[in-house]
Amino acid sequence: MDSTERTAIDKTKLEKIRRFFKYRIKKKPVKLLISLIRALFIIGAAYIILQPLLTKIASSFMTEPDLFDQTVVWIPRQFTLEHYRTVWDHMNYPTTLFNSFVLSIMVSLLQLTACTMVGYGLARFKFKGNSLLFGLVIFTLIVPPQLFMIPLYLNFRFFNLYGLLGEEGINLLGTYWPYVLTSITATGLRNGLFIYIMRQFFKGMPRSLEEAAYVDGAGPYRAFFRIMLPGAVPGMIIVFLFSFVWTWNDYFFMNLFIGGRGGFLTQALDGLALKALEGDHDQLGGQYASLINNTGSLFFIAPLLFLYAFMQRYFIESVERTGMVG
Amino acid sequence: MKKIKDIFNLKDIFNLNVRQEYTIAAYVFCMPFIIGFLLFFLVPFIQAVYFSLSSLELVSEGFILHYEGFRNYAYIFFVHPNFITMFFDTVRQMLVDLPLILAFSFFTAIILNQKFRGQSMARVIFFLPVIMAAGIVLRMEEMDYMTQAVRQGQQAEYIFSGAALRNLFLQARMPDEFIEFVLDSVERIPQIIRSSGIQIIVFLAGLQSIPRSIYEAAEVEGATPWENFWMITFPMLSPLILTNIVYTVVDSFTAADNELVQLIRSTAFGGAGFGVSMAMSMLYFISILIILGVVFKLLSGWVFYHE
Repeated sequence: MDSTERTAIDKTKLEKIRRFFKYRIKKKPVKLLISLIRALFIIGAAYIILQPLLTKIASSFMTEPDLFDQTVVWIPRQFTLEHYRTVWDHMNYPTTLFNSFVLSIMVSLLQLTACTMVGYGLARFKFKGNSLLFGLVIFTLIVPPQLFMIPLYLNFRFFNLYGLLGEEGINLLGTYWPYVLTSITATGLRNGLFIYIMRQFFKGMPRSLEEAAYVDGAGPYRAFFRIMLPGAVPGMIIVFLFSFVWTWNDYFFMNLFIGGRGGFLTQALDGLALKALEGDHDQLGGQYASLINNTGSLFFIAPLLFLYAFMQRYFIESVERTGMVG
Repeated sequence: MKKIKDIFNLKDIFNLNVRQEYTIAAYVFCMPFIIGFLLFFLVPFIQAVYFSLSSLELVSEGFILHYEGFRNYAYIFFVHPNFITMFFDTVRQMLVDLPLILAFSFFTAIILNQKFRGQSMARVIFFLPVIMAAGIVLRMEEMDYMTQAVRQGQQAEYIFSGAALRNLFLQARMPDEFIEFVLDSVERIPQIIRSSGIQIIVFLAGLQSIPRSIYEAAEVEGATPWENFWMITFPMLSPLILTNIVYTVVDSFTAADNELVQLIRSTAFGGAGFGVSMAMSMLYFISILIILGVVFKLLSGWVFYHE
């Protein structure tokens, strides 16, 4: 290859590059500006969202002096894994993790079953009281759970189904029963929302699917289980994930139904700092308690993060396909 | 031998026609909620109303109620030191947050719906608050030493920038309420972003469900993106604004910084007693009902239903 040829190639290349940039810069300055602003917005908001998590991770490796050190922001000067061991022991992690996991799985599966059924019933059948029932579902949503705190507490403390099971009530507090009973009857935490999501989802599915099933001789239950349910999986994933996460994070019903006695992660995290301080109440607002609490919180949300990392693909796809339009 | 399936075959046993069979099926599907509503909603609700009018005494074999009339309510209004202020603070806070959360989540959903590099990563991060910003972890953060230290640092910055903003507004002769609103909103940006997870999901799902053909038709007619937004996207998403208003209000019941809820709780266990606590919840509930009623009344004429 001689030199003239080479320069010729270089020239065409240069021309191409120049044309490319001309196009980019002259024809799409607005687009470029928009994507720049978009990137800034996303990065800024993502930082605000991730900041508590990052602080927790960073501080879980820090020792107390690092907290006072102005030069330490993210990377600890005196790296330590001591907090992890302390928290693991004091939270009794394997046991409490198992208990919380079993409870959340049980509750979310029961709520999913109940809310899917009710959602289907409300979406696809015309019967007397359909719209009334749907109104009541929304009504259960807007009542603050605090309103039911004392009635529910007393009803489960002296459980006799309002006199149906004899005078002497059974104490169901501290057992799984309050959770089971409210979950299978779709009256657990924010179950109105789950019913609403499933109803919208079923409404969005084509009617011809069921009609075909009916023509083939299937009854309403068979059509539901064989045809509609498999199609409703994206909606069910969303409901399951919400239900699991909210049960996991919830401490209102946990305090109400289980109280201080149960060995769940919630109570383990609640009493963690006091345990690590060996009962010294004065230090509860201090730096060591803060480090321990932050590490404990990491232990608490770690399973949720794993679940989310595992399910986020399906989750985001489901969101795209749900079409929860009022 | 009879199959198990045949035992449940109500249609043949009772000689039902198809219509009746379907009506029964409808009630079967809705049965969990009907039972749950009666047992764990309606009865406790009536009890809550009654409890708020009574004083309650716990004894070893149960509880005794003494009917008190409206004495609990009178106590809240005339005797309780800080319920009224806290109540208005909480409700005002909710009313300030509501438009901000709606606007932010609407805007974010539109951005996340666009195609750009790292879009799926951005979605993963923006949905993260659904998992993290809830319950006990958030409550721990509220009283945490480090968070407070960070927040104090941030507040110092806000006060600094806030003063400059305030001067600017004062020079522009803006009304005081507006200035307060803007400054308050600036201070609550992190809070707003972290409580918008579900609302973004709802709007995003709505955006995905708008048929592409509408936009294509608009393009043929020569509509600009600006017109597309106001004539197609916004009306199509308007029903979801109602959904998100309801959700945001519901979400505020369990927010870690809801002081009213904490007051209700501490009143019940160790404060002025169950009756007063129930009366407080009742007032909270009624005020929310009124607010939602007014919002729905205002928006109902304006929401567009595509069907």
